Amino acid sequence: MERLTRRKFLQISGTTFAGAGLLVGGTKMIQSTLSANEKNKGVVKIPSYCSICFWKCGLIGYVKDGKLWKLEGNPIDPLSRGRLCPRGNGGVGQHYDPDRLQAPLVRISNRGGEEWKVTTWDEALNYTSQKLVEIKDKYGPQAIAVFSHGPGGAFLKHTLRAFGIKNFSAPSFAQCRGPREVAFELTYGEIIGSPERTDIKNSKCFALIGSHIGENMHNSQVQEFAEAIEKGATIIVVDPRFSIAASKAKYYLPIKPGTDTALLLAWINVLIQEKLYDRDFVDKYTFGFEQLKEYIEPFTPEWAFVETGIEPNLIRETIRELARYKPASFVHPGRHVNWYGNDVQRIRAITIINALLGNWNRKGAFFKPVKMEIPKYPYPPYPEMDYEVVYNPNSKYPFAGEEEGLTQGIRSATITGEPYPIKAWIVYGTNLIQTLPNQKETIEAINKLDFLLVIDVIPSEIAMWADVVLPETVYLERYDELNISSFRVPFVGIRQPVVAPPHDQRDGWWIARELAIKLGLEKFYPWKHIEEYLRYRIESAGLSYEQLKTDGIIIGEEQPIYVDDGLNLEFPYTNTGKIELYSTQLAAKGFSPFPTYERPPEPPPGYFRLLFGRTPVHTFSMTQSNPILMDMVAENEVWINSDVAETLEIKNGDYIVLKNQDGVVSNKVKARVTQRIRPDCVYMYHGFGHTSRRLRRAYLKGASDAQLITRYDIDPIMGGTGMNNNFVTIEKV
Amino acid sequence: MARYAMVIDTTKCVGCMDCVVACKTENNVPEGFNRDWITYETIGKFPTLHMEIRSERCNHCDNPPCVYTCPTGASHISDIGGIVLVDYQKCIGCKACIAACPYDARFVHPDGYVSKCTFCEHRIVQGLDPACVASCPTHCMYFGDLEDPNSEVKKLLNSRKYRVLNPETGTKPQIYYLI
Repeated sequence: MERLTRRKFLQISGTTFAGAGLLVGGTKMIQSTLSANEKNKGVVKIPSYCSICFWKCGLIGYVKDGKLWKLEGNPIDPLSRGRLCPRGNGGVGQHYDPDRLQAPLVRISNRGGEEWKVTTWDEALNYTSQKLVEIKDKYGPQAIAVFSHGPGGAFLKHTLRAFGIKNFSAPSFAQCRGPREVAFELTYGEIIGSPERTDIKNSKCFALIGSHIGENMHNSQVQEFAEAIEKGATIIVVDPRFSIAASKAKYYLPIKPGTDTALLLAWINVLIQEKLYDRDFVDKYTFGFEQLKEYIEPFTPEWAFVETGIEPNLIRETIRELARYKPASFVHPGRHVNWYGNDVQRIRAITIINALLGNWNRKGAFFKPVKMEIPKYPYPPYPEMDYEVVYNPNSKYPFAGEEEGLTQGIRSATITGEPYPIKAWIVYGTNLIQTLPNQKETIEAINKLDFLLVIDVIPSEIAMWADVVLPETVYLERYDELNISSFRVPFVGIRQPVVAPPHDQRDGWWIARELAIKLGLEKFYPWKHIEEYLRYRIESAGLSYEQLKTDGIIIGEEQPIYVDDGLNLEFPYTNTGKIELYSTQLAAKGFSPFPTYERPPEPPPGYFRLLFGRTPVHTFSMTQSNPILMDMVAENEVWINSDVAETLEIKNGDYIVLKNQDGVVSNKVKARVTQRIRPDCVYMYHGFGHTSRRLRRAYLKGASDAQLITRYDIDPIMGGTGMNNNFVTIEKV
Repeated sequence: MARYAMVIDTTKCVGCMDCVVACKTENNVPEGFNRDWITYETIGKFPTLHMEIRSERCNHCDNPPCVYTCPTGASHISDIGGIVLVDYQKCIGCKACIAACPYDARFVHPDGYVSKCTFCEHRIVQGLDPACVASCPTHCMYFGDLEDPNSEVKKLLNSRKYRVLNPETGTKPQIYYLI
């Protein structure tokens, strides 16, 4: 197939992304929107909330003469504070993306053959419900598993729960922040949550362990990070790569990848040996200090130096800095933390350091998130189902997520048929081919299915494997579930259409409701239009639905979020009623009650450890079809240390391929020769190297880290997939 | 008369390209072109590195070579705070200004005229900040009138260390970088 150059592509589609006046010039697809909106001359502002990542910032959509012009942050929103991140601003491109899914598709070739019949919604939903009923009748509802990421899946999950399904999962647990939530729950009885409860803006000193804030653009967190810089906070960054955050740090610790726990144990050691911890706090609120003191003794900075490559003096100096500013100092819990397969233990070390700093719910460290109380809609109860979930047989991973499940557990069960067969997958808003480690296993599992339904906005790789593809409207075009995030102030945000969809895309709630009707579950939808549902919830909370629609956000009454403001410090959700330095729950399940360090496997000679992260202008593999964001970063690069590149005779910008320990070869990708990374690893942005031909802008642009992550080490505590234990060689193309 | 300028705090900038995207949607900048961009300058050897991150654009120079080289008078210094603008009607797309600009801030728009940063003239006449400044999540950019001693830009330049780009060219640029 001839690859489309951007220039050619523009000629074909007849449109340039030129914005308001020129924007969408003569394309047919947008004209349908236009005619609906022609009467709307001038600029109309409509508030909603963003979904280009999961921070859910409040936005204001500007519609000029009926066409989407630009997006700005909603000034009253605590998450955007009136400013959107680059992806949020670029959300305009989600609407105008010419490669969007336009109408329901039913596959007419073999799986993966990418031949499709365009069909009607009625036909697609009839076929879907027939297949689901067939599978349920033959194998029971347990044979259907769901992968759903983001707030848009709320209504779909409602329909499927009503249908008797219990096997739900989201990559946010086993591929992202699961170990963090489990570790904090074990220690404090409370999770960190999203948006994070870190009080960066008031902090005097904080440490980031591999967290690349500034490249990871979670909006208010980045704003607070810049505020902390301005106020002169001491920033400590631990990362094998000289990240953006590292460039802002007073202390940069270029750690050997995989040895973070050794550093953290040494920090605990110094805190205790030098009596730098908050003694009153430890006495009053923690459990297991004396045992910890004994346990930690061998883990000196000198011991850690051998593991981490960080000078003992630097280890001492940095933890002394953190201790000096306690309780307005903290070690950041991170977000994407499934790295090496012993990740709960690493984050447990972070929880212990924070406990020794006495910083829980203290200004400048962690706050207690508060949430608006909005009653649920009174649905009939879901049918009682007595089968066990498929992804964690016999509770193999005792602390696996219940809400978010284990994605790869569903995949394994689908391949092996154990503990019971899985015959259908329903996938909403997550591109599993790029999300899960080891693509081969994902495809093997897909090939075992009788039915694969994908609901998406773009022709992602997973959509291209589906039997039925249902095109959803993008977030700027639809109503959705309310945003009731736990944060600094209680608030509720509405998502409502800023602009009409350009083709026959439908809203997630509509798809979910229609599917329910086809499945004979109409009684689970006492409302006909989502606005009835939203109005009911808002009004039963004593709020004005009209005000919410006009302002986009309603802020509740301020509540104390710090001990400093009179908040009571209690730990009712741990076994001991205290912060568990010694984890009674881990001990009860046969795990070490104190954090353990395992030396990670070394790359063989000639190999480099493969690390991955984010570019500030893309979200996962979801935005590489967005014309605006692709204009910012159109392909990823492999970061290679300059000295290494010299010996390999690779110059900046050369095309290379990576080959991993299992012989998997990447797509060709540019080398970024830089001093900003250790010589023993390479780094790339996640989300590139798409193989779906219908993603014309993204097709074979850059390389896919997911493709190279054939090895993953499962955390025995919670079942997360550690993905940083893959090694690659570098070859010039 | 006002003298509009931009002050950008490189210590806060994370180089996220938010300013680039905000400009793109605000001003309908065509695909493949940008009016502003990010420069990362790294010195040193791993792990002892220093990196400066800058959001760059037209410097709206007091002594603008683009204006002097323009054969038609399309490139001109505007009455609005001394900002440098291009009159698209007068521009013949000869690219003399592009050659003259030491900041590489200009490009030929697909419609045939030369385009670049306008400091969001249409916004500043309404009392709004340029889109990049208004959107920056790190609040690292400031816009204002250097003639006004109480303006934030003036106060920042009075109190902080700063530099400008290519001062040796004598253009008297009006984008100031706090360092």
